[in-house]
Amino acid sequence: MSSATGLPDQRFTVDRAVLISRLRAVLPAHALLADEEEMRPYDCDGLTAYRHLPLLVALPEDEAQTQAVLRICHALHAPVVARGAATGLSGGATPHPDGVVVSLAKLKKIVKLDPLARTAVVQPGVRNLAVSEAAAPYGLYYAPDPSSQIACTIGGNVAENAGGVHCLKYGLTVHNVLRVRGLTIEGDVVEFGSAALDAAGYDLLALINGSEGLLAMISEITVRLTPKPELAQVVIASFADVRKAGDAVASIIGAGIIPAGLEMMDKKAIHAVEPYVNAGYDMNAEAILLCESDGTPEEVAEEIGRMTAVIEKSGASMIRVSQNEAERLKFWAGRKAAFPAVGRMTPDYLCMDGTIPRKHLAEMLEAIGHLSEKYGLRCANVFHAGDGNLHPLIMYDANQPGELERAAAFGADILELSVRFGGTITGEHGVGLEKVMLMAEQFSTAEIAAFHRLKAAFDEAGLLNPGKGIPTLARCREYTQARAGNAAGAPGQA
Amino acid sequence: MSTLVEEWSEQVRAAARSGAHLAIRGGGSKRFYGGEERGEVLAVGGYQGIVAYEPTELVVTARAGTLLAELNQVLAERGQWLAFEPPACGPTATVGGMLASGLSGPRRQTSGAVRDFVLGVRILNGLAEVLSFGGQVMKNVAGYDVSRLMAGSLGTLGLVLEVSFKVLPLPVAEKSLRFSLGEAAALEKLNQWAGRPLPISASAWHDDVLTLRLSGAAAAVTAAGRTLGGEALDDSAALAFWQAVREQQHAFFAGEAPLWRLSLPSLAPCQKLGPTFIEWGGAQRWLRGGDPQEIRRAAEMAGGHATLFRADAALKAAVGVFQPLSAPLARIHRQLKLAFDPSGVFNPGRMYPDL
Ligand SMILES: Cc1cc2nc3c(=O)[nH]c(=O)nc-3n(C[C@H](O)[C@H](O)[C@H](O)COP(=O)(O)OP(=O)(O)OC[C@H]3O[C@@H](n4cnc5c(N)ncnc54)[C@H](O)[C@@H]3O)c2cc1C
Repeated sequence: MSSATGLPDQRFTVDRAVLISRLRAVLPAHALLADEEEMRPYDCDGLTAYRHLPLLVALPEDEAQTQAVLRICHALHAPVVARGAATGLSGGATPHPDGVVVSLAKLKKIVKLDPLARTAVVQPGVRNLAVSEAAAPYGLYYAPDPSSQIACTIGGNVAENAGGVHCLKYGLTVHNVLRVRGLTIEGDVVEFGSAALDAAGYDLLALINGSEGLLAMISEITVRLTPKPELAQVVIASFADVRKAGDAVASIIGAGIIPAGLEMMDKKAIHAVEPYVNAGYDMNAEAILLCESDGTPEEVAEEIGRMTAVIEKSGASMIRVSQNEAERLKFWAGRKAAFPAVGRMTPDYLCMDGTIPRKHLAEMLEAIGHLSEKYGLRCANVFHAGDGNLHPLIMYDANQPGELERAAAFGADILELSVRFGGTITGEHGVGLEKVMLMAEQFSTAEIAAFHRLKAAFDEAGLLNPGKGIPTLARCREYTQARAGNAAGAPGQA
Repeated sequence: MSTLVEEWSEQVRAAARSGAHLAIRGGGSKRFYGGEERGEVLAVGGYQGIVAYEPTELVVTARAGTLLAELNQVLAERGQWLAFEPPACGPTATVGGMLASGLSGPRRQTSGAVRDFVLGVRILNGLAEVLSFGGQVMKNVAGYDVSRLMAGSLGTLGLVLEVSFKVLPLPVAEKSLRFSLGEAAALEKLNQWAGRPLPISASAWHDDVLTLRLSGAAAAVTAAGRTLGGEALDDSAALAFWQAVREQQHAFFAGEAPLWRLSLPSLAPCQKLGPTFIEWGGAQRWLRGGDPQEIRRAAEMAGGHATLFRADAALKAAVGVFQPLSAPLARIHRQLKLAFDPSGVFNPGRMYPDL
């Protein structure tokens, strides 16, 4: 993409009138949007910094209509951008100016829920939380719980391999999906995975998870449901020093404990959240840790005992344990509302998503502090501490000239540092449009070329979500050259 | 780049030029699995060593030739393990072979499979390029998940040089229970129990006996033991039993009759296709003998697939080791093979005849 506008490099010449008339033939009238005003709500996803109108928006109501749309787009060589609830934070669902946005929002049926098999078959537009709600009467739930779970769709979760605050113990989306039914850009139906625990051939299901709409359109998903633990309790610990909080995380894991959730927030994040949610967080702490145990009552009692002992020894200044379910949910409500809470403090923010080996946490937070001064922008940090996934929230005002660019440069510095620490530029939000150039920071040209060949194995014409996820080789070369030029003054070296 | 990797790159380039094939071999412990080896043997067992291991990060990185036994030992010393209990199939098993075969042990039903624990790989592809995917962190969605794709790909996409795995603490307590139950009753019980928050970590049914293993915190294991009833096994007998299941040393697996692995939805009814051994809460069913066409059809009807796990070369060649793929999937498989190994250097025919 060209940095400021987020416009894709690759443009397509599509005859809009022909496209409209052919799509009208396969979709109900209300399922095709062509007016600018009607299409405006579809011009961006959660990454609001980039907005484009697509050529058209299609809202198919079943798999057959979706298939027909794909066939037409393929025949007319029009790019296709799948869209779930558009809560994505990396611009994965940002429209292509020459293409069709295919919204799966109307495919929201839970096709089948089988409590004995502990599976649910759902359409892609079903909301994450709706699955757990439907499973609740059977004592089951869908384990991955992104903070956006009220809104985000299972299709979008699969496409991003979404995580949640409980994924250290219960896994990411990829660990909780048995089967994905997809449509190729040619409109062929393909089954990845199966109703069993594995399928014959290559593990294409692993590829589809996190494929950001670049390999296939997801039209049905079978998810695994998990028995609800009898009891869950959370320890909330305050620290006067982030380093100590970081060490506490390592000590917990070192003691052989895998908490059901292990989250950290720094002072700025606590101060954003507490006035907004009244979660009961310690406003004097430099960092707080949320550490959850779940299981049978006996198991939880034993584990909470071990957790508090370790946390105490790590130098926590205050420790509280949730005394009932309402209090537990209150403690979590703060963490889950962190993004909107920060959103209240600033006109705009960028959410970074690097993952690092946990041992570098304190160093990383210090570096972020320096960068915050350097760029003159505030930054709050929330952290999936158990799995090293850091979400710095960089606050800026898009109406101030140059601030978006400064915020983006700040974010890029953090992600470069993540790679240098042996981590990755994205743990769960995806590369999308936002981080496509930064891929060159993490991968060699040969690796990027391998990704392009892999994509072509699914989508030879390159019509599924072009410009996202994987940078063109020309862009990689430019990026590498520019970085080499800047190397002396590279941020994060300090 | 190490000299070994340089040598292999040269070998791959030469093979690609001349149209020759290379058969990747670690310890040779899983040569029985998949199609016959073809081409010159590329022995990678010499590429050994645990490159990085930090227990508090829950990550270990090892070179492909590292002995699985050695890795297990090093992890056990720090109270950790590979929670998917990979079967070794012999003392020479290597880490690379374990990944490439993609086989998981008794604990798969609750912990997940090999692919669920792979965090990153370094491979040598068919263009003789050394490529890294994934990494040493728990969460990583940059680029397609090629690391997990390698699990079970039987070396057909490239030579695995190095792998990073997520590791977990060893369970604090274990207890095994035994029940007298027929096949249908056992399947029903297994599915019912799996829907409740019980610490069941493995199950095995054969000959009207169901054995369950509970693993986890001592309090949870004790409480579940009380809830479930059954007859408790003494600890050493339990250990020996699960080791025999994991390594297929149980009497059921002895003898020459072809061994089929059926991967089915756990709820699938009794298949009545021959002598049966059931694991993974009903999701993995082993069969001896039987009519290949009938077995494949039954597996597909039930929503799963059948693998000819152990058999002589003639039968494998005649019916194929793995369940045939649908046309669109077969096309994607061929295209993927070309993307990683365009000249078809690595392990031709080990998975499907045209890969
Ligand atoms: C407040 C907030 C909190 C969040 N918290 C978390 C969190 O804790 N963990 C986390 O992982 N993420 C989180 N996210 C990010 C986001 O919610 C997830 O990435 C989610 O999975 C996106 O789902 P969606 O339905 O909104 O997808 P969209 O944003 O609509 O799309 C995301 C990507 O998936 C593709 N896609 C969507 N549907 C399909 C389909 N049917 N077939 C093929 N491709 C498809 C799109 O093309 C796009 O590339 C958060 C976002 C917000 C705004």
